[in-house]
Amino acid sequence: MLSYIFRRVVYALPIMVGVALLCFLLIHLAPGDPLVSILPPDASADLQRQLMQLYGFDRPLVEQFAGWLWRALHGDLGTSIASGRPVAAEVFNAVGNTLRLACLATLLGFVVGAFLGFVGGYYRNSPLDRVASFMSVVGVSVPHYWLGMVLVIVFSTQLMWLPPTGAGPGGSGEWVADWAHFRHMILPAVTMSVIPMGIIARTVRALVAETLSQEFVVGLRARGLTDLGVFLHVVKNCAPTALAVMGLQLGYLLGGSILIETVFSWPGTGFLLNAAIFQRDLPLLQGTILVLALFFVVLNLVVDILQGLFDPRIERN
Amino acid sequence: MTDSVASLAAPANATPIARSPGYWSNVVRRLRRDPVALAAGALILALIVMAILAPWISPADPFQASMLKRLRPIGTEGYPLGADELGRDMLSRLMLGARLSLFMGIVPVIAAFVVGSAIGILAGYAGGWTNTLIMRVVDVFYAFPSVLLAIALSGTLGAGIFNAILSLTIVFVPQIVRVAESVTTQVRRSDYVDAARASGAAPLTIVRAHVLSNVLGPIFVYSTSLISVSMILASGLSFLGLGVRPPEPEWGLMLNTLRTAIYTQPWVAALPGVMIFITSMSFNLLSDGLRSAMEVKE
Repeated sequence: MLSYIFRRVVYALPIMVGVALLCFLLIHLAPGDPLVSILPPDASADLQRQLMQLYGFDRPLVEQFAGWLWRALHGDLGTSIASGRPVAAEVFNAVGNTLRLACLATLLGFVVGAFLGFVGGYYRNSPLDRVASFMSVVGVSVPHYWLGMVLVIVFSTQLMWLPPTGAGPGGSGEWVADWAHFRHMILPAVTMSVIPMGIIARTVRALVAETLSQEFVVGLRARGLTDLGVFLHVVKNCAPTALAVMGLQLGYLLGGSILIETVFSWPGTGFLLNAAIFQRDLPLLQGTILVLALFFVVLNLVVDILQGLFDPRIERN
Repeated sequence: MTDSVASLAAPANATPIARSPGYWSNVVRRLRRDPVALAAGALILALIVMAILAPWISPADPFQASMLKRLRPIGTEGYPLGADELGRDMLSRLMLGARLSLFMGIVPVIAAFVVGSAIGILAGYAGGWTNTLIMRVVDVFYAFPSVLLAIALSGTLGAGIFNAILSLTIVFVPQIVRVAESVTTQVRRSDYVDAARASGAAPLTIVRAHVLSNVLGPIFVYSTSLISVSMILASGLSFLGLGVRPPEPEWGLMLNTLRTAIYTQPWVAALPGVMIFITSMSFNLLSDGLRSAMEVKE
């Protein structure tokens, strides 16, 4: 078992380095001077050279990458060009907000999706299954940023039940565990949950249908198990894969929250990315993408390992 | 294959056996029996025709602004679907917007299909070090959630139609490479390819005659399932201000510029999203229909 975990980790390491390299190269893909956002147009060549030296943009690429990676490993992601604050602090603050939203959305999407999937898989090709399948197609086809707008129109501007934007009363970004703050999470989390809902419903439906068609189910029935007993066996067989899909969805939501955060002005990583792109704050952009992508790789790794631990059918070679 | 078996089995003086229907006629037959896929296909066709004919059939000039007629509700005289924040006719803009929205949704998938299949088939057929090298690079791109990669790329490249299409293509290539590689590897290990190789067929002949004909179907079906994602992402990039620039009509961009109108004319503001939703859903349903008609397993 330990050697299985070790192999998975060793396999993930070069991918992490590759991810870091890609994030690093992004800056050099960008057209124009990386300092364009802070340099006044009439800056002297001398000032420009000084700043290039300060940010280290004048050194060879390999040296820049090595230095950047080394500092990143020590938790230093550089300084935001627009705000002058350390990138790491800004990113970690925002990651907390996005993670809170993404976790709630994944949970919501998993519960609804698994329910639809079980209904569809148990009563295949019945009208119930058609409704469940239709809901899952809607889930994967709906442009979620538009769904967010529609929910705001219905629940904020028309019914006035829930706040349209922000993470807390008065636009505060600090999290307090009370109803006033939770109210702000409802609309963005419901919007976000639609994507994992559709995907989990599809996965679970296929899993349940496949499990039910296996002979051991007939065996269980023959042994006199009640419907509930058979159901629990089906759950046990589907759980590892469904949970793995849920884990990956959390990663997708965390990385893909930018559109939803823009709609709801949610102070998370997506909002930060948006600001970084439009202020051409390349260190902030680089740092945010690096943290999100590495998080995704680590999440993949954890899901792989957990799946290997829980599901003895997975090949460990 | 079926032909030669049939002719071998048939006695010399028997009446000619009716030719068994080929794979493609079976696919068409199955598609015809699938009302959902047919309806989705018809809707897509109608959208494409509408996009092509938009300049001639739209009721008004989609660029004609009027400060007096800003944000008219749906059903206003002369504005069947209302007017946008600059007083332009929504119906005409939605019709013309189909052009850029469909273009930006479909082109990245076509480009990624061509590039991704080529790389994936090469990796799968060559095997060994070539395969390892290609697939490790693909793994790195795969390590990014697709929305994040698309936004990171187009965010650094800058706004614009070309950059958005390029970014989306880069997002889809690794996904198609993975599918192409795994299908090709399966085919390469099959007995009929071994037989062809043993009979002395050159590698290119094997790829052309055996590999391509067996792998392109599954890759194609997988690619069609990406069009819906691509539509949502392409419009999403424009929604963020990273794709099409004003005043060109595009559904995602229209959604963006109408965002502030959700307090005054909410249902007009939501219209462009309805178009994105309908289009993306039709592509999803058509792709599902194709998948089962072509008997491609997930």
